[in-house]
Amino acid sequence: MGEKRTDLLRGTLDLLILKALSLEPLHGVGISRRIAQVTQGAFQVSFGSLFPSLHRMEEKGWVEAEWRASENNRRAKYYRLISSGRAQLKVEERDWDQLVKIMSAAMGSA
Amino acid sequence: MPGRIASLFRNLLRKRTVEQALHDELQSSVQLLTEEKMKEGLSLLEARRQALMELGGVEQVKEEVRAVRAGRLLEEFAKDVRYALRTLARSPGFTAVAVVTLALGIGANTALFSLVNGVLLNPLPYAEPDRLLALYSRTPNYDRSSISYPNFQDWVRQNRSFSALAAYRPNDFNLTGRGEPERVPAEMVSANFFPLLHVQPVLGRTLLPDEDQIGARPVVLIGERLWKRKFGSSKDALGQSLTLDDVAYTIVGVIPADFHYTGINFRQSDVYTPIGQWNDPTFRDRRASMGTFAVGRLKPGVAFEQAKADMDVLGRHLAGQYPEADKDTGIALVPLKQAVVGDIRPSLLVLMAAVGFVLLIACVNVANLSLARSTRRTHEFAIRTALGANRGRVVRQLLTESFMLALAGGGLGFLVASWGTRAALNVLPEALPRAEEVQLDGRVLLFTLAAAVLAGILFGLAPALKTSRADLHETLKEGGRGLSGARHRAQSVFVVVEVALALVLLAGAGLMVRSLAKLWRSDPGFEPHNVLTFYMSVPSTIDSPQVVRAGWRQLHDSLNAVPGVQVASLNAGAVPMANESDLPFWIEGRPRPSTQAEMKLTLFYLVQPDYLNVMRTPLKGGRFFSPHDDEHSPMVVVIDESFARLHFGGQNPIGKHVNFGILNVTAEIVGVVGHMKQFGLDEGPTPGLAAQCYLPIAQLPDRFIPLVARRVGVVARTAGSPLARLGSIRHALGQVNPELVMYEPKAMDGIVADSLAARRFSMVLLGTFAALALVMSCVGIYGVIAYLVGQRTHEIGIRLALGAERWNVLRMVLGEGAKLALLGVAIGVVAAFGLTRLMTKMLFGVSAHDPLSFAVVAGLLILVALAACYIPARRAAKVDPVVALRNE
Repeated sequence: MGEKRTDLLRGTLDLLILKALSLEPLHGVGISRRIAQVTQGAFQVSFGSLFPSLHRMEEKGWVEAEWRASENNRRAKYYRLISSGRAQLKVEERDWDQLVKIMSAAMGSA
Repeated sequence: MPGRIASLFRNLLRKRTVEQALHDELQSSVQLLTEEKMKEGLSLLEARRQALMELGGVEQVKEEVRAVRAGRLLEEFAKDVRYALRTLARSPGFTAVAVVTLALGIGANTALFSLVNGVLLNPLPYAEPDRLLALYSRTPNYDRSSISYPNFQDWVRQNRSFSALAAYRPNDFNLTGRGEPERVPAEMVSANFFPLLHVQPVLGRTLLPDEDQIGARPVVLIGERLWKRKFGSSKDALGQSLTLDDVAYTIVGVIPADFHYTGINFRQSDVYTPIGQWNDPTFRDRRASMGTFAVGRLKPGVAFEQAKADMDVLGRHLAGQYPEADKDTGIALVPLKQAVVGDIRPSLLVLMAAVGFVLLIACVNVANLSLARSTRRTHEFAIRTALGANRGRVVRQLLTESFMLALAGGGLGFLVASWGTRAALNVLPEALPRAEEVQLDGRVLLFTLAAAVLAGILFGLAPALKTSRADLHETLKEGGRGLSGARHRAQSVFVVVEVALALVLLAGAGLMVRSLAKLWRSDPGFEPHNVLTFYMSVPSTIDSPQVVRAGWRQLHDSLNAVPGVQVASLNAGAVPMANESDLPFWIEGRPRPSTQAEMKLTLFYLVQPDYLNVMRTPLKGGRFFSPHDDEHSPMVVVIDESFARLHFGGQNPIGKHVNFGILNVTAEIVGVVGHMKQFGLDEGPTPGLAAQCYLPIAQLPDRFIPLVARRVGVVARTAGSPLARLGSIRHALGQVNPELVMYEPKAMDGIVADSLAARRFSMVLLGTFAALALVMSCVGIYGVIAYLVGQRTHEIGIRLALGAERWNVLRMVLGEGAKLALLGVAIGVVAAFGLTRLMTKMLFGVSAHDPLSFAVVAGLLILVALAACYIPARRAAKVDPVVALRNE
């Protein structure tokens, strides 16, 4: 049920989630909205892709989750980036930069 | 990753908590989304609807999350197993048929593999078995001939490749002075025979090199069984004396009962004496070999090829030094394992291939059954798919079911195999070397498991893929009846394959049966029916040759006087299909060969004049012996047709003289008789040694009398069952000499049958496999036709309602089955044509493409297949159109 765009850039979803969480803890819906906002609506992450990613990151120990009250006082599960997640974000950002450079060079030269 | 592992345990152990948390999270997300949408001005209901749509379905998201969780596979597997068990338990008929089919297939494979494993794969049961070699003399007549002891001694002294060489030869004894006199099986062995094989005595020690020489103190090793029988397994047996052929031997050690060595002329024995003590002049004659063979252990680091080169040099050296005995004689080395099992290898491999076919058929059969069954389950799978299970998941679940079946089949198959292996070995143990080493060990268990898993994949995958490919919407619309076309085709293909495989097996079995029938009908050159053979031994070694000869005549007369014995003769030397003895000779008047290698060889039978009457071998010319051909008259010899053809061509041999160098006698040819198949019923037209000759036992030179007196044979033609006469014969012989020992009684029929043991073994197994294949393919074809009839009840009902005759329906269904059977048979015939060539060596007198065998098995298969179709066909013809149409 993942959309084509997220399938295409499977690795980028993790990166976008980590990036979104790097500023402040968010719940699932919040993350979805944040990604839509920072990509100017280019990425509409489906929840069918988002939640599996989040749970995998939680199992890997990149993020921690806790239940707390949302802005309108609803209980929601908030995800927070922890140190190993920040390290992972750095790695993924560097990889991404490299990929972009290589791809741009390749596209430019052709 | 410790985090992942912790999650794994949490996911598996606290599943409910984890699931609850996921549920809460998704509910709260829906809530958040709903509120968001309500802020945009939507009604609660509409907001909630849109929220759910954006989320993409709570259950679906849950399923996606579960899919990435640690331990997911394990959890699903456990679930699949539980589900599979439930499903299988719900259709006990299908489960039982599938498990039994697989058990038979896997069981037959495991049983045969345990033979292959025990005989071909397992190392020999000695320390460092790869360094053990069997040694032979290589003569112009034989590649693997027995060894003369003086040559063997030179090998020991001069070789540079072996850390030890040991010779052995059979030499039974009369054991007296400890209860009833009895004949005990015995081997003469070199002192280092047991140390070379790393056999530890149970008690005492093995032989010492000093004891392995002429003139040494007579010592003996006894087998554990004799130790138990005669000494009650007492340690006091050491140092006691054992009287063997009137000589007192001192017991120095006990050889364990589980020791066995499979070599030419070696039997597990009660008694082992030092071979080097034997001072018989013939044994010490470099030209004679007296059935001696040898085994050697290579020095560490010496390769087989090196040893071969070394021994070649040694052999040439001896040939130069002793040309009369050793010219053109070499030394043959064969890895011991190859020497032991080399002959049986091709047959076992053919059988292994055949039994593999049985398993294939079993798999195809079960695949077909589950395919038919899965038709009824398409609806179930469609629903599962609609509820979010992906295709891989459905395939995995079906495969799990297959594996459960395969494992059950494998478990039951292992039981079948443990029974089947024992049965196979019990039927024909003599056909298989190392039979005593065959057992179900870890490797066999592993094989069973592998066979089961492979079978599970084989029969599980096709139906699984087929089912999972089903079009969701179509299936749900059709209410589970859909896709009959494609599935029907797959099932038909399976049946065709099955029939083809069965035909190959049947063809193989048919060819074996034909071979054996031909062999049974073939003329052995004598009439074995109602002939008794046995050996006897009198402690007469100390008697003078005159006394021994008189004794033989007396025994002959007493034997012929026994009621129920029609005619009897003493014999020594070669015995048809049982014992080979040959002599070098040359024909007088032709240039005398200067070396043994240039002499021709002939099998020789030392007999009394009545021998021909017992064996009923036809006299072709001249005369056979009379009682007057005795020690006082000129030596005479009777030759067989092969001897005459080989050495006299068209000439008349009668009146010519033959010189037997070793015996130092010249004999006149007085008669020609028919050829006996010395080497078994399956002896080809040109056996390695075809020439045969007969000498009167009474004319044997004095010097050889003691050698023969130790073990003289009897052949007797009896009225009625030969073995039934044993009692009265024993009684009559006891009257002549109470010390006489009678042993190894056998019916000649049995000896002839034993010569076919290996072939019978192959035939029985191949026949069993073919029968299994036949039954399985019938079940298969029955299943498919029955299924088709079930699917087409509606159509048949319409046909009948529209006026079709019942026999039309019968013919239609039978035609359907016949089409499949014929196609399978056609493919099978082509395949069998290619494959039976591989078993050419196992056949006798029939071509691997024998049209009769092929035609008969093809006809049989078609007939049985039609019979299997008849049951569903009749059911189809009995369809009540009203009921059939109402059912829709």
